[in-house]
Amino acid sequence: MKSFEYSAPRDEAGVLSVLSAEAGHTEILAGGTDLIGLMKKFIVTPDRVVNIKEVRSLRGIDADSEGVTIGAVTNLDDILESPHLNEFPSVQQAIRNMSSPQLQAQGTIGGDLCQRPRCWFYRNGYGRLAAASLIADGDNRFHAIFGNEGAAKFVSASRLAPALVALGAEVRIIGPGSQDELFMPLASLFQTPRTEWQRETVLEPNQLLTHIRIPRQGAANGTYEVRHGEGPDYPLVAASAALRVESGIVRQAAIVLGQVAPTPWFSADAVRAIVGRPVTEVTADAAGEAAIATATPLSGNGYKVQLAKVAVKRAILSAAGLETGGF
Amino acid sequence: MANYVWPKFGTATVIGKRHDRVDGVAKATGTAKYAYDINPAGMIIARLLGSPHAHAKIKSIDLSPAKKVPGVVEAVALKKADDELLFQGEEIAVVAAESEAAAAEGVAAIKVEYEVLPHFVNDTDLAAAKAAGMTGKGGKNISLAKEPGDDDDEDEFTEKEINRLLKESAVVVEGEYGIHMITHMCLEPHGSTCEWKDGKLVAHLSTQNVSGTGPQFAGPLGITADDVTVHCDYIGGGFGSKFAADTWGVACAELSKKTGRPVKLMLDRDQELKIAGNRPSGFLKCRVGADKNGVITVWDSEQWGTAGAKPGVVSEKVVPYVYEPKNRRVISHTIKTNRGLVRAWRAPNHPQACAMSQTAIDDIAAKLGLNSLDVFKRNLVHVANGKAEVYAAQMDVAARLIGWNDKWHLHGKGPKKGSIVEGLGLAIHTWGGGGHTSKCTIRISPDGGVSSTLGSQDLGVGTRTAIAAVVAETFGLTIDDVQVNMGNSKYPASGPSGGSTTIGGVSESNRRGSLDALDKLLAVVAPKLGVTADQLEAKGGRIQVVGSPSKSLGWKEACSLLGMNAIEAQGEYVRGSKDAKTGADSKLSNSQVGGVQMAEVAVDLDTGVVKMKKFVAVQDVGTIIARKQAESQVYGSVIMGIAYALFEEQIMDQASGAFVNCEIADYKLPRLGDIGDIVVEMYEPESEYNRGVVGIGEPPVIAPGAAISNAVANAIGVRVSTLPMTPQRVLEALKGRKA
Ligand SMILES: Cc1cc2nc3c(=O)[nH]c(=O)nc-3n(C[C@H](O)[C@H](O)[C@H](O)COP(=O)(O)OP(=O)(O)OC[C@H]3O[C@@H](n4cnc5c(N)ncnc54)[C@H](O)[C@@H]3O)c2cc1C
Repeated sequence: MKSFEYSAPRDEAGVLSVLSAEAGHTEILAGGTDLIGLMKKFIVTPDRVVNIKEVRSLRGIDADSEGVTIGAVTNLDDILESPHLNEFPSVQQAIRNMSSPQLQAQGTIGGDLCQRPRCWFYRNGYGRLAAASLIADGDNRFHAIFGNEGAAKFVSASRLAPALVALGAEVRIIGPGSQDELFMPLASLFQTPRTEWQRETVLEPNQLLTHIRIPRQGAANGTYEVRHGEGPDYPLVAASAALRVESGIVRQAAIVLGQVAPTPWFSADAVRAIVGRPVTEVTADAAGEAAIATATPLSGNGYKVQLAKVAVKRAILSAAGLETGGF
Repeated sequence: MANYVWPKFGTATVIGKRHDRVDGVAKATGTAKYAYDINPAGMIIARLLGSPHAHAKIKSIDLSPAKKVPGVVEAVALKKADDELLFQGEEIAVVAAESEAAAAEGVAAIKVEYEVLPHFVNDTDLAAAKAAGMTGKGGKNISLAKEPGDDDDEDEFTEKEINRLLKESAVVVEGEYGIHMITHMCLEPHGSTCEWKDGKLVAHLSTQNVSGTGPQFAGPLGITADDVTVHCDYIGGGFGSKFAADTWGVACAELSKKTGRPVKLMLDRDQELKIAGNRPSGFLKCRVGADKNGVITVWDSEQWGTAGAKPGVVSEKVVPYVYEPKNRRVISHTIKTNRGLVRAWRAPNHPQACAMSQTAIDDIAAKLGLNSLDVFKRNLVHVANGKAEVYAAQMDVAARLIGWNDKWHLHGKGPKKGSIVEGLGLAIHTWGGGGHTSKCTIRISPDGGVSSTLGSQDLGVGTRTAIAAVVAETFGLTIDDVQVNMGNSKYPASGPSGGSTTIGGVSESNRRGSLDALDKLLAVVAPKLGVTADQLEAKGGRIQVVGSPSKSLGWKEACSLLGMNAIEAQGEYVRGSKDAKTGADSKLSNSQVGGVQMAEVAVDLDTGVVKMKKFVAVQDVGTIIARKQAESQVYGSVIMGIAYALFEEQIMDQASGAFVNCEIADYKLPRLGDIGDIVVEMYEPESEYNRGVVGIGEPPVIAPGAAISNAVANAIGVRVSTLPMTPQRVLEALKGRKA
């Protein structure tokens, strides 16, 4: 690990005052479960590390009639245990599936959303976008099957993003100026980087994600992850669905896939396929089929297309409270 | 001299019983110190620089930038200009520093210029390997019932005869089977903490070979083995990969000598995976003929695989596995690849051989529409290790425990619930497991204290507990009464823990030493009780007259008769040795075990995910010393078997030559939720007890690959040709069927 300067401010303004505008200079430390590993391998080599876990306002869960607000450094286990989340089983399922007491106790929601790409070339020091040709010609069995036409072929690995995006979550962002405050849909936080200096979120180096807000929209929701095993490994493919059902017919839907693209992947095709129809095995399957119509698998990950189809189908069935028919 | 035997069947009070580990509390509370936990005052930390390339030549190495990093104390090159690097991670230099972070920064600062050379990491494609000139001479295992005539060309005759037999077979299975390379993945990585005291080296080494690694340090360091003490009280996994001092161990000692400070050098996780050992891969193509009952009439196969950067391959001698039909032709080819070097992995050759061949036997059953269990049973006529009857009996036990007859359905013909189907599979295994050479000192103190001291090691399998059980049994005491001293190379030498030889070896030496020590004690006690020594026995914490327990002394009181003189007796066993007087084999230990394993799985046809439902392992084992620990060997083996059957694989990127899943987050292993219900059943009629002790550290890890593969094939109706059976491979196999 490269030597670095350490700072642990106590309030949001204090954080902003030590974040550098220069990309790569400063890293934000939350639970550290992702960042520390990257620093140990010299993949991320900041000059300064800013620990945000001492900032009181960033921790905790508040609820009112319109929604639930979660501070960025709230631990995943605290989220899992909060009764405020009971109407969002899609979030709870995703956390439970992590199956890791360590990650759940130490990892934070902000860190989960902002974790760096899952790509073994990136994590072994071959670069993130620089590895594009390595990925295209190499072992890409876990890489992207959507949105992979550019240099970014890694997958966004956030476990909570599919559920939160599907639920229409918003985020609060502060900085760079001490008075700057911004609210935007979580979906817009993510971007596919086009240059090495662009990150996977639109956050500037001197901006901070402070809160995530899930609106209460009364949507039935569910997450289905295709997991190789029961342990703390990333799913092979994940999908989350939020459905507004009236008189047995889906009136509105949001379907988001995870582990399939450089960002959480919103499937408009799947939405079109399910809206206006009742949720049945057949309609859910059709939505799964629609979701993969535009998939662009790489040389070695065609099987993920099948998994994506099944994940969408099962997320919809699970949201509707029906049996998925699989594990 | 005492008669070296175990108590008569059914009379033992300590051995064969269930005991908690004597070191269980120390381990659970963290007071047990592993090499990684040894932190002498003034210690510095060393890290290793490994090759970033799969194949390269070093043009130059410059350590000076590393030495300038604040905190770095010393740096040493292990390679020089013009040296060739044959695989990713190969050792280049070491850096010692005041902190781990500074050492890592020092390693990153080393300037190495490489000439990158073409690499080859593909072990699945024999034609590609031949084209690349990477294949080497393998071996042949050919046997035919019919002899060639004098004028016949042998190869031609074999070819003709094999083809004739295949033609005459009722059914021919043509199949391809494979099993990828895996690494040992020890949770405690390889490494040591070394310090010098008065010109002598003390190495705290994570090792399976306490008595044997001293010379490996001494040679390169220019000292004698006498000047080296190797310590290892506890070890966090070895599985066959920790027999050596290793270049990094010697480098650690050297750094310590140079700096005059204790040095710790443990491999990083990725290094542990890249350079600390692997299990060779194996891929096999076969044509197997059988009669209408599924009994093999002829076996013809060709196999290949890699053992890494040096030639090697799964031995053709154990293919087809356990079943050795008289008519067979097995040909092997080695493939050299730019991958790390092979090290022994639990039951070398056997798991791969089993997975590559007993799968074909199951495919015979599938093709003929027969019950796999019947076919495996009928083929026992081909078993050449003398255990056919034992296997048959074990198959019945396993079948009952898994509910084979109730659950069996023909391949691919089971009911489907949603997208889930279930299946059953079995496989059998064999292993030697005879005891290794072992010496120990048994001591009885005048205050009643009892100890055994030997340069053995407890790999976490319960060797300490087993030794305590042997000594306690002999003295009529309990295991808590026995102090076991091990893990020090200055103690009487005992063999390395490999080949499932430890329990046999240490049971031999400790039973012998204890019986001899007891004889000496009885000789002292006899006059006091007014009998001769041969009328005495040690039982229930007392020395008593056989048949009249009222005439006795408590153990302590008996020992107090020793006055100032403790009893010390050397227990010694030389591997394979016969009784000096009678020339008979030792009655204390034996070799050759077998076992039958059955798997029940569920498969999600839409995702290719396989889940273990139940696994039954029936194992014969000879005399059981410590029952819980013996069972643990089987549990652990089965879990490791599930790992390589469903999860574990060294993934090499063909284009870059990189070992891409070399981190714990990417190297998939099963977790508790993945192993299902494991049932361990020791097969132990009286005849087994009377055989003596046989090691089972390895045998139960052999058959899970084939058993689980067969269960998956039974569930889904097609063969997933290669292990591990990841969702991807299962889906691809299913697609093959539909296409
Ligand atoms: C073995 C292993 C397995 C894992 N398995 C999973 C898994 O199955 N699913 C999964 O989703 N994750 C997994 N992770 C990744 C990670 O540990 C978790 O996602 C965790 O929730 C990250 O949270 P953290 O607080 O520890 O993040 P940190 O490591 O502290 O931060 C992660 C990244 O986000 C940035 N960041 C953190 N907070 C903020 C903020 N408020 N504003 C702006 N930037 C911020 C950091 O600078 C850093 O780049 C795994 C990690 C390991 C080591």
